[in-house]
Amino acid sequence: MPSFLTPDFGLLFWMLIAFLVVFFILAKFGFPAIINMVEERKKFIDESLQSAREANEKLANIKSESEVILKEAQLRQSQILKDATATREKIIREAKEKASVEAARVIEEAKAQIVAEREKSERESREQIADLSIQIAGKVLSKNLEKDEQQIEWIDRLLDEMSVAK
Amino acid sequence: MIQNKFIILTSCILFSFLLIPVNLTAAEENQPEINVQELVMEHTADAHEWHITTINGRAISIPLPVVVKSSQGWQMFMSSKFEESAGGIYNGLYLNREGKICEKDSAGNESRVFDISITKNVVQLWIVVILLIVIFLYCAHWYKNKKPQDDAPRGFVGFMELFVMFVYNDIIKETIDEKHYRFFAPYLLTVFFFIFLSNILGLIPIFPGGANLTGNIAITFFLALCTMLLTNIFGSKHYWKDIFWPDVPWWLKFPIPILPVIELFGVFTKPFALMIRLFANIFGGHAVAISLTCVIFITCQMGIAKGASISPISVFLMIFMDLLEVLVAFIQAFVFTMLSSVFIGLAQQEGEETTHSVEMTNNNL
Repeated sequence: MPSFLTPDFGLLFWMLIAFLVVFFILAKFGFPAIINMVEERKKFIDESLQSAREANEKLANIKSESEVILKEAQLRQSQILKDATATREKIIREAKEKASVEAARVIEEAKAQIVAEREKSERESREQIADLSIQIAGKVLSKNLEKDEQQIEWIDRLLDEMSVAK
Repeated sequence: MIQNKFIILTSCILFSFLLIPVNLTAAEENQPEINVQELVMEHTADAHEWHITTINGRAISIPLPVVVKSSQGWQMFMSSKFEESAGGIYNGLYLNREGKICEKDSAGNESRVFDISITKNVVQLWIVVILLIVIFLYCAHWYKNKKPQDDAPRGFVGFMELFVMFVYNDIIKETIDEKHYRFFAPYLLTVFFFIFLSNILGLIPIFPGGANLTGNIAITFFLALCTMLLTNIFGSKHYWKDIFWPDVPWWLKFPIPILPVIELFGVFTKPFALMIRLFANIFGGHAVAISLTCVIFITCQMGIAKGASISPISVFLMIFMDLLEVLVAFIQAFVFTMLSSVFIGLAQQEGEETTHSVEMTNNNL
């Protein structure tokens, strides 16, 4: 067998020692440091991604919540506006009604007063006329009327007197 | 911008390669014919010295310590002693044709000695180990005071993190079930980076690299052995049941245990295939690269004109091969780790589906 196909014991011996040395050193201090760090980093990245996803979800939730709140607020705003308009119109309407009722009442009262006044003045003038008539008649009766001319003169004088006295 | 730089760089490399063979032919014209096979074997084999270059016929190499137990007991000396002493024999020891340390007994028969020398591959092995430790402890150090919330690493540490997690997620997690992959991950990661770095360093032609580490059968044998041991030691009951009593018609296993024998054979062939695959791929890559380099010298020996015309093609092929080898360096590390992981993963399965289906049929009956 050619020499290059037969393993040399010397080289085998050194290979055993050298390989065991490099294996134990690298297995203890070399590879674990690298692999552990990479795996920890991977874990960290995974966790970061997870928390980022959660944060995004939360953000989306908050967004939708805020949208809901906004919508509600808008709804309420329009509701309030509507209510306000209704109230305003109601107030105006009521005010108008009240005003018209008041006006009608005032007119009624005025009319009634006018009627009363007129009746009163009519009554007074009638009383006055009656009074005058009675006075005149009394005067006329109390004086013995001789003549027509005298009578008329008499009546004129009485009338004058009365109007002066009045 | 980057593309321009790349083109300039490539053309510089091409031209520098074109210049080297011409200079070398002048020196080597008087040399004997090149024996390619020997050269390939010499460059891919382990050695007791680290050959760097040869200038004017004098080899410049780093001598490495020799530790042997011969008939005279333990000996330890530098490999340069062989060259310095007369006839290349030092204390009765000498290097044979294959570069192994031998001694002659009283009858004059050559015999190998017990040899645990620091050879070229052992040095390369420790360079790889130290580089791996430095790289990964540096990366681990970076993480020391960091929290998961901090930025991910950039630059080199980031690249290594990516690389480690690629192997971890795409090979280990994919093939071994959830409960067990953490336990086997350090071994598989070590194997991956050990093979990958060895392959890459093997592609560098000068000192800190260049040794044919993963193209050496001892190294791949050890790695395959580890995978085999892990597969079988931690194998589940179901795994062993499947080997000795698989779910097949009874006549395939009762009088003559055909399938159990095949399955048992498979326990050894799987890691054997792992060993051969890695070894052959890297060894082959090195052999091709060296052969292509030899083409330059051979054609130049035939004449300057031939050499000048063939060398550019050879250089182009070498660059192509080197790039391919970078790919192979990764693919072989990937394949070895992937298959180890698959074997380990298969041995871990509890066979829930099969037991479940068996229960189902029992109930139906």
